[in-house]
Amino acid sequence: MTALCIKNLVKTYDNDVHALRGINLDVNEGDFFALLGPNGAGKSTAIGIISSLVNKTSGTVTVFGHDLDTDIVGVKSCIGLVPQEFNFNGFEPIFNTITNVAGYNGIPPREARKRAEHYLKRLDLWDKRRSTGRELSGGMKRRLMIARALVHEPKMLILDEPTAGVDIEIRRSMWEYLTEINSENGTSIILTTHYLEEAESLCRNVAIIDRGEIIENGSVADLLSQAMQETFILNLYEPVTEAPTIEPFKVRLCSEPNQLEVDVPKGHSVSDMFQALQSKGVVVGSLRNKSNRLEEFFLRLVNQSNKDSQ
Amino acid sequence: MSYWQLQLTAFLTIVRKEIRRFTRIWIQTITPPAVNALLYMLIFGGLIGSRIREVNGVAYMDFLVPGIIMMGIITNSYGNVVSSFFGSKLQKYVEELLVSPVSNATILAGYVTGGVARGIAVGSIVSLVALFFIDLKPVYPMATLCIAVLTSVMFSLGGLINAVYAKTFDECSIVPNFVLAPLTYLGGIFYSIDMLPPIAQKLSLFNPVLYMINGFRYGILGVSDIPLWQSFAVVFAFIAILGTIAMVLLNRGVGIKT
Repeated sequence: MTALCIKNLVKTYDNDVHALRGINLDVNEGDFFALLGPNGAGKSTAIGIISSLVNKTSGTVTVFGHDLDTDIVGVKSCIGLVPQEFNFNGFEPIFNTITNVAGYNGIPPREARKRAEHYLKRLDLWDKRRSTGRELSGGMKRRLMIARALVHEPKMLILDEPTAGVDIEIRRSMWEYLTEINSENGTSIILTTHYLEEAESLCRNVAIIDRGEIIENGSVADLLSQAMQETFILNLYEPVTEAPTIEPFKVRLCSEPNQLEVDVPKGHSVSDMFQALQSKGVVVGSLRNKSNRLEEFFLRLVNQSNKDSQ
Repeated sequence: MSYWQLQLTAFLTIVRKEIRRFTRIWIQTITPPAVNALLYMLIFGGLIGSRIREVNGVAYMDFLVPGIIMMGIITNSYGNVVSSFFGSKLQKYVEELLVSPVSNATILAGYVTGGVARGIAVGSIVSLVALFFIDLKPVYPMATLCIAVLTSVMFSLGGLINAVYAKTFDECSIVPNFVLAPLTYLGGIFYSIDMLPPIAQKLSLFNPVLYMINGFRYGILGVSDIPLWQSFAVVFAFIAILGTIAMVLLNRGVGIKT
């Protein structure tokens, strides 16, 4: 079943800003989907429309078969939203924040309290249940919003940059938890993020949006296979004074004398590169990716889109 | 779960949240109206009122008390909804409601009931304070209660409309300070309109608060400047108008959606 179906979605704000210019998007049930794009691309507007916080100009949005125009209650019942900005009552104990949202979703008080306990414990917030929202750290606030979004056990969870400003340890634990609810509960997840490593690690499918248009849409694996090259930083046993020439690889010197930067073009393996370097007397101790492949692909697409629009 | 069960649970959640809010900050919400009422009764009723014989055939303190109670109900019903709804907009947690399957009618009913709860709570406490001064036994208890609740509904609706449009705290206080307070003070709390010159009497009839205070006074004392049916008619008319405006604003997402 299609979890989310967007057809010709247009949003023009009162100040004549065209945030969305007729986007089409399908997300399958159980998918872990990334919506990527630079700032101001239209990601948050799209999410705002799906979750009823933004009025659309035209187009249709269907969530698990419920049409946003004719069955908004059905749409909202299926969605849990973790927005980009903190949007809870900072003066209320967080336990009440969760039980209130459960109540808004029709969950009776006793069951609401049980679920609040479950999700606060699961997100390591149970000890803080009597604290008010404003007393929490940034990471705790993010986790509170995830607990709140899950309390009515939605079929689809939408997260708008959920790990922004969160330290690495908490980010990793949030990734694990999101993967768990996606695989175990079958919850469809739509994620926007600036950490492309996050999208590459977590998501199966991805859409790239820029200037209100979807410029790429497909599986992460397919998109990565389109990446033209990968760049590695090599740590050498012995320093070199100049970069060796090894076609078809491009080799550059780094600021550190015992490091080289090598572009490995699509269709060539790392082993080929090692052999070529060895033939020039260069011995590699270790290597690492210079940048995330999806990030490179993303930047290439967005730059191309910018050129096309000029 | 049926649609109506969902809406009922959501409604009760909003009401519980609203009651919890104003009881948690009772020093700001419940105490000041009681202290104000005590001062009004001491100064205007006790000290100055002792020099006034009777108004509409009743002792001045008896005449004054229903107006003081109603003033508490009006200002607190309005104030509760305007501050609570505006706060939810300012901190953006109104979005918790907007993304949930709660109908706009349920949101409106929940906030208005919260406003009525505070209005009636304050009215009850001011009534307890009044017991130190008069023997408060409503002549028509049902009429008293009905006009109190309906007035509270009306001003709660007004508070919500104010909160929808307000972008700053200043905009939340303009109506209470510059519209509501004059209308309330000129609505016959302290005097009967019979005591006014003819032109002022006629102008007073355009003040909706006059009908509510006099309706409430009629319920308690059995005396009023205005027939009871007119009081009810005015309150119902305003509830219908303000309720419609509030629903239209919420349905359009004015001030809460982009």
